[in-house]
Amino acid sequence: MKKTKKTIKKPVKKAIKKPVKKVQEDGKTVNIFLSGVGGQGTILASNILAEVFFKAGYDIKKSEVHGMAQRGGDVTTHFRFGKKVYSPLIKYGDVDFLLSFEFLEALRYINWIKPTGKILINKQEIYPPAVNLGMAQYPGGVEEIFKKFFKENVYVINGQEIARNLGNVQAANVVLIGAFSNFFPEVKEEQWIEAIKGLLAPKLHDLNVRAFTEGRKAL
Amino acid sequence: MKIFYSKKYRAESHYGGNMKEMMQGNSAIARGAWEAGVKIATAYPGTPSSEILQEIASNYPEIYAEWSPNEKVAVEVASGAAIAGARAMASMKHVGLNVASDPFMTLAYTGIKGGLVILVADDPNAYSSQNEQDSRNWARFGKAPMLEPADAQECKDFIKIAFEISERFDTPVLVRTETRVAHTDSPVVLEERKESPTPLGLDRKDAPKYTMVPINVRVRRKIVEERMKKLEAYADTFKYNTMEINSREIGVITSGVSYLYTKEVFPQYSYLKLGMVWPLPKKTIANFYKKVKKVIVVEELDPFLETEIKALGYKAFHGKDLIPNMYELSPEIVEKSLKGKAYKPPKVRVKQDDLPKRPPNMCAGCSHRPLFYALKKLGAFVFGDIGCYTLGTAPPLQAVHTTICMGASIGGAHGAMKALGSDGLGKVCAVIGDSTFLHGGVGPLMDVVYNKGNSTTIILDNRITGMTGHQDHPGTGFTVRMEPTHAIDYEELGKALGVKSIRKIYPYNIQQTMEVVKEEMEKDEPSLIICENSPCIMLRRAKPMEKFAHPVYTINKEKCRGCKMCLEIGCPAISWEEEEGMSVDGHKRKGTVFINKDMCVGCEVCAQICKFEAIIPGTK
Ligand SMILES: Cc1ncc(C[n+]2csc(CCOP(=O)(O)OP(=O)(O)O)c2C)c(N)n1
Repeated sequence: MKKTKKTIKKPVKKAIKKPVKKVQEDGKTVNIFLSGVGGQGTILASNILAEVFFKAGYDIKKSEVHGMAQRGGDVTTHFRFGKKVYSPLIKYGDVDFLLSFEFLEALRYINWIKPTGKILINKQEIYPPAVNLGMAQYPGGVEEIFKKFFKENVYVINGQEIARNLGNVQAANVVLIGAFSNFFPEVKEEQWIEAIKGLLAPKLHDLNVRAFTEGRKAL
Repeated sequence: MKIFYSKKYRAESHYGGNMKEMMQGNSAIARGAWEAGVKIATAYPGTPSSEILQEIASNYPEIYAEWSPNEKVAVEVASGAAIAGARAMASMKHVGLNVASDPFMTLAYTGIKGGLVILVADDPNAYSSQNEQDSRNWARFGKAPMLEPADAQECKDFIKIAFEISERFDTPVLVRTETRVAHTDSPVVLEERKESPTPLGLDRKDAPKYTMVPINVRVRRKIVEERMKKLEAYADTFKYNTMEINSREIGVITSGVSYLYTKEVFPQYSYLKLGMVWPLPKKTIANFYKKVKKVIVVEELDPFLETEIKALGYKAFHGKDLIPNMYELSPEIVEKSLKGKAYKPPKVRVKQDDLPKRPPNMCAGCSHRPLFYALKKLGAFVFGDIGCYTLGTAPPLQAVHTTICMGASIGGAHGAMKALGSDGLGKVCAVIGDSTFLHGGVGPLMDVVYNKGNSTTIILDNRITGMTGHQDHPGTGFTVRMEPTHAIDYEELGKALGVKSIRKIYPYNIQQTMEVVKEEMEKDEPSLIICENSPCIMLRRAKPMEKFAHPVYTINKEKCRGCKMCLEIGCPAISWEEEEGMSVDGHKRKGTVFINKDMCVGCEVCAQICKFEAIIPGTK
């Protein structure tokens, strides 16, 4: 991984006494935040990410709140990789990459992102109960709000549409992972595909590999 | 969704010469139990602990696994196995240990033979719990050692050591996790299973050790205190009580995930990380105080370590004066608390308070929804219980009016009826899920009959433990390993308890449901109402959608008057679209409703509510 702009953590005990430069080379932790709505397949998406970076030899931590999420609540995953990762949770304001499956759930975490962060949002609006009931407004212009702060680092794709064209809306999550994979040019396409195959039953391989490659082309 | 892991792929995950696998804390606990030679694993589901037993059941055939009807039974079964010489583990969420506290508190006296570990998972921030209690207090109260892992590797290692401690000191051992440990994946080095050295067998001569009648209690009581002394000495040698000396100015005493948060933001400080949070290593603490000038105690929830450290006569430079004693910690909370004004928060781009929240909701087609709609129409005061149906308390239904602990609904309604007398008739009922009823509802229903009560109990039988992710229970007909077994018949059980008035309802029929519930609430005798043909809409094996006549419903936009009646059920598939206009029969409207085809399952509940026949069958 060659990233230069990241803020550097100094996690390793002995490293503290070493020159700063050495620590920078070792200790970089990358923070990826995923957000969506229960049932959108965020868990599989984060599992694919974790497999890829774990297999690439990094220390990783992936943390999510389960529980009531199946019941349509919001779902978030904190995923971190690096030489040595301590906290399972990303520090507020330290997100390098946001992958969001839904506009409102993207906006909810906009303050978490570093000024240099990159953002991929799925073009989907899922109304929470208060909006369904006409008691609250669904926020408009989410893409524009993101662009105002993050300029060209904001990408929006329609995962469902791409997945539907492939024959199954359910694969939208893997389409998004495909698009998101472009943020990590150091990781080869085969590494992603291997992880997808490893996590899914063989009968789902064909669809999901196609979903991944279509998504990868979409950015 | 359960994700399918190909075994071959997992086994290929080599890392630096060792077999390393990425694992959730809960999976690592299961793995640790397997490696430790555990023979018996019991549990009652509860977030964030439920995956442990599921993992054991699906991956480790050497271990007998069971969903027990509740946590008390789970600990009792595990303790029996341990007395017979087997290594045994019972796992549960924090409140589960309240239920199991009775056997736990006395098992600390009897001790064990095979290792006994009780795994308890806390839920700081109460993401899915009825309270936020700090289980470390049970260790002090129960006089048993407690280990606290911080990540998946430690989960596995600590479970294995817990069994060694258990057998070496003849004591049950508590292992405490919490959400961010239980549900965080991180790399784990795999090892092989080693059978336990303890021989199996029961010996009648051991009776004084295991029979807690007063004369034996007094003997064991002393042993408990002696054992705590030995454990204290052991704590000073415990290799997972680790010291890292960096800065001589500030040292942090901490444990578990609090260590990870603090280390992340203050890598320059020195650390004493306690892997064993009870009893405390007194010499190690003394040593740490010699090495650093000022000590800060960072811990989630209660000032457990801080109180104890202060009681040893030390000063804490900071602790709960700065670190919050409620909700969960995080790197920024630790940083903000300790830095105070020097903390610079990141820039706020969008104010979050303005955004609509997304609370969990019952699924589209859930059988609980029409029942709560009926109860709301009846104006009943509903003593609620714990499960997906607790969501009936949220707007717009707002049809659940108490939730205390599992099983409390039935006793609650009974007590209220005794207090209100005949004024309560027709106004009060208890609702309880199938799993919850079998966990803690049978006793209270017995009480209603025995003490000549007149309350009404409704069992919301959706054929599964829904809220915690679909675990089987004694009413479903399957074991944790999906072997067919006896399924409890709630009607027969009700009869055996002495309930005379037992009715069945099909909750999707709102009219019938209202009639039956009203009649039963008005009766001056105990009533039991059982929901039938109402499996969880996500439970595929029960074919929950088959009974519905149509795959979806849709809105006849011409007829819709925009009266919003159908929005009162809070179905996630129905939404409001504002647009002034008029229905065909000439009624002005502010908008119309819209049904999301992808979500609707055709349960017909909304169609029963619409007075204008504007909700009609559709096609997918
Ligand atoms: C003492 C205790 N143990 C476990 C839990 C976790 N828990 C919450 S709800 C629930 C069971 C819900 O199942 P059921 O009663 O069948 O209702 P459903 O969710 O299916 O509607 C469990 C096990 C708890 N809250 N308290």
